[in-house]
Amino acid sequence: MTLEQLHFEPDRRPLLEVRGAGHSYGERYGCRDVSFELWPGEVLAVVGESGSGKSTLLGMLSQRLKLSEGSVRYRLGDGDVVELSELSESRVRRLWRTEWGFVHQNAADGLRMHVSAGGNVGEPLMATGWRHYGKIRAAAAEWLARVEIPADRIDDAPATFSGGMRQRLQIARNLVVSPRLVFMDEPTSGLDVSVQARLLDLIRSLVAELGLAVVIVTHDLAVARLISHRTLVMKDGRVVESGLTDRVLDDPQAAYTQLLVSSILQG
Amino acid sequence: MSTALPGYNVGYLDEQTKRMIRRALLKAVAIPGFQVPFASREVPMPRGWGTGGVQVTASIIGGDDVLKVIDQGADDTTNAVSIRSFFAKVTGASTTTCTEDATIIQTRHRIPEAVLREGQIMVYQVPIPEPLRFLEPREAETRRMHALEEYGLIYVKLYEDIAKYGHIATTYAYPVMVNGRYLMDPSPTPSFDNPKLHQSPALHLYGAGREKRIYAVPPYTDVVSLGFEDHPFEPQRFEQPCAVCGSTGVYLDEIITDDAGGVMYACSDTDHCERAAALASAHIDDLEEARA
Amino acid sequence: MTRISPVGATLAVSGVDKTFTMHLQDGKQLPVLRGVSFDVHAGECVVLGGTSGAGKSSILKMVYGNYAADRGSVVVNVGEPVDIAAADPRQVLAARREAMGYVSQFLRCVPRVPAIHVVAEPLVERGVSIDEALDRAAALLTRLAIPARLWSLPPATFSGGEQQRVNIARGFITELPLLLLDEPTASLDARNRDVVVELIADKRARGVAMLGIFHDAEVRERVADRVIDVELFAPVLEATA
Repeated sequence: MTLEQLHFEPDRRPLLEVRGAGHSYGERYGCRDVSFELWPGEVLAVVGESGSGKSTLLGMLSQRLKLSEGSVRYRLGDGDVVELSELSESRVRRLWRTEWGFVHQNAADGLRMHVSAGGNVGEPLMATGWRHYGKIRAAAAEWLARVEIPADRIDDAPATFSGGMRQRLQIARNLVVSPRLVFMDEPTSGLDVSVQARLLDLIRSLVAELGLAVVIVTHDLAVARLISHRTLVMKDGRVVESGLTDRVLDDPQAAYTQLLVSSILQG
Repeated sequence: MSTALPGYNVGYLDEQTKRMIRRALLKAVAIPGFQVPFASREVPMPRGWGTGGVQVTASIIGGDDVLKVIDQGADDTTNAVSIRSFFAKVTGASTTTCTEDATIIQTRHRIPEAVLREGQIMVYQVPIPEPLRFLEPREAETRRMHALEEYGLIYVKLYEDIAKYGHIATTYAYPVMVNGRYLMDPSPTPSFDNPKLHQSPALHLYGAGREKRIYAVPPYTDVVSLGFEDHPFEPQRFEQPCAVCGSTGVYLDEIITDDAGGVMYACSDTDHCERAAALASAHIDDLEEARA
Repeated sequence: MTRISPVGATLAVSGVDKTFTMHLQDGKQLPVLRGVSFDVHAGECVVLGGTSGAGKSSILKMVYGNYAADRGSVVVNVGEPVDIAAADPRQVLAARREAMGYVSQFLRCVPRVPAIHVVAEPLVERGVSIDEALDRAAALLTRLAIPARLWSLPPATFSGGEQQRVNIARGFITELPLLLLDEPTASLDARNRDVVVELIADKRARGVAMLGIFHDAEVRERVADRVIDVELFAPVLEATA
């Protein structure tokens, strides 16, 4: 074990502790009574049909939507545990720059479509104070290689990229600052099946390599099976079942989960 | 002193409007580089032709002021002449083309070559006050970025320049940090003029009529042009002297001289050029006299 | 190698029931197992016997944690004992990482990953250097007669038998105190069946506790130290009205 590893106290407390959390749109709850813990290195899949509240949950955890009830506690990089809803806007935005990532379903929501690929990956570095062009460009080039984007595309804008390449670029842009927690909202849907497989494999290996904690929303149980450790099944804004991913999928207990599992096309 | 045109309030704008603009100006001076919203009024020229600058000038000009107006660096272009005569008519203030004599200098692009002094006020006509606008189209988001001093994005613009051209190719509206706090667009002045803002003894007021924003750089304020450690800011340079007056180290305009593609380079600051040329010819006269 | 507790069974299953509730069939209850109890000690290979549908596979899956147990305990006694039936997901994952391996019937193919990496991955995940992991993967693949020219290809393109052998290599590569074997010899030819029997013998010699299902009577005969008849745990069918 290196000294560096001795400094931080791994796994003493969860990264994210969610207790009875809910978000209401006026009278109606988008999600409610959600409780779970997320630890460093863990991938949590949130599955359910559209309208089940999984995207609301993601928005609420990532502070894009207001917490209406309950608690979402986060362990900061320096070890302090904070109630996210009590943080000032500037601190939340600092978390976004330094500790969190968000991979959108639609790459255009997470990229600057008319800024070059290198600029897109370099922006988070510049946002955290990098001021050396050569170093920014080298880091961007390294990340483009890691997400399998050819080096000669570094100065091309993502507007000229294929869907799969855009998603990989979005992942590079998110991971370049070594976040601790990454939210992903249906990162593979909308892509061709072969492109999906490649992207999933990439996400899976990067997550393992970097020890990221990930909350990934998906309606695709195969995605949950391939990359997540644990799964929450949501229906009508509530968690109907949760547990180890292979347990939830191999031995589903809730009626709804059984329905979901039985609806998968066998490949 | 001539008197103002009958039927018009002094400075064309009504007193309430001038007070509103002055309040915005005071706030802008108090928070150097911060864009203060103001209720931009109609003035007798189209928006985008300098209505912001005109409103600022109208709100600060007094009977004993001496006004100079330049477009690019020239006192004699249509727009400069029109604005100068407009103010002569509605204020009764005197006008000049001489930088040293002016107390207020309204400009669209240039900062004059002559070194500004304490007590002088530069008024800039600003088309787009927000330096982050081309990268971030949402006004609410750019305001938040200013509030929280999140300025990483502006470096993306510079990064893109270097990636494309090998150097920072932005030559006008080159972004600056004012007083170590606010990111500011010095508006369409050439980057050649950026160094003149740093610790300038004059007061610099910026008015964007269409975008309804006012901002300012008070005298003796730090104004730093952005750059990377390995690609620092470099103002434009001109290799040749002015073809008319022979000045070096000044901003030159390219002038097409014939249909065969012939060009000459001459000072964009016409006042400076005339004076330098007069000085040079006086010098030649002296030499000839001495020889005779 | 991970410590194996010197006293007591590596795996202690006690009083486990399993009923499937079929919500899609009006909540029909399907009782499968009642009062499952047995131990597996270090250096022993225990085989689950009984007819098809008796619940052998369910027992294996409850031990591994991908089936839930209705009641009872499934204690894995490595380091800090963990009751898989009651543990939270994180503890189950830790037990899988530190204590137990699973050789499933089929390879769940990860797209695009070369065969040799599929085999080496369990070691890499447990902190073994990539070079050493690949060396050991190569040795196992050779032993299982997977030609070297296939190692750099994703197993999705392999024949069923080849996939199964990649799967076995992946399952046997780790040095964990407890190994669960779910019909590892199904669909193998005689030569490769022999290799698997040898691999099991090696594990036994190194003190690994094994729990397995083998349909092939001959293989069962050769590897089993004990056979547990799962039909002993069949639920007594209550007369339904």
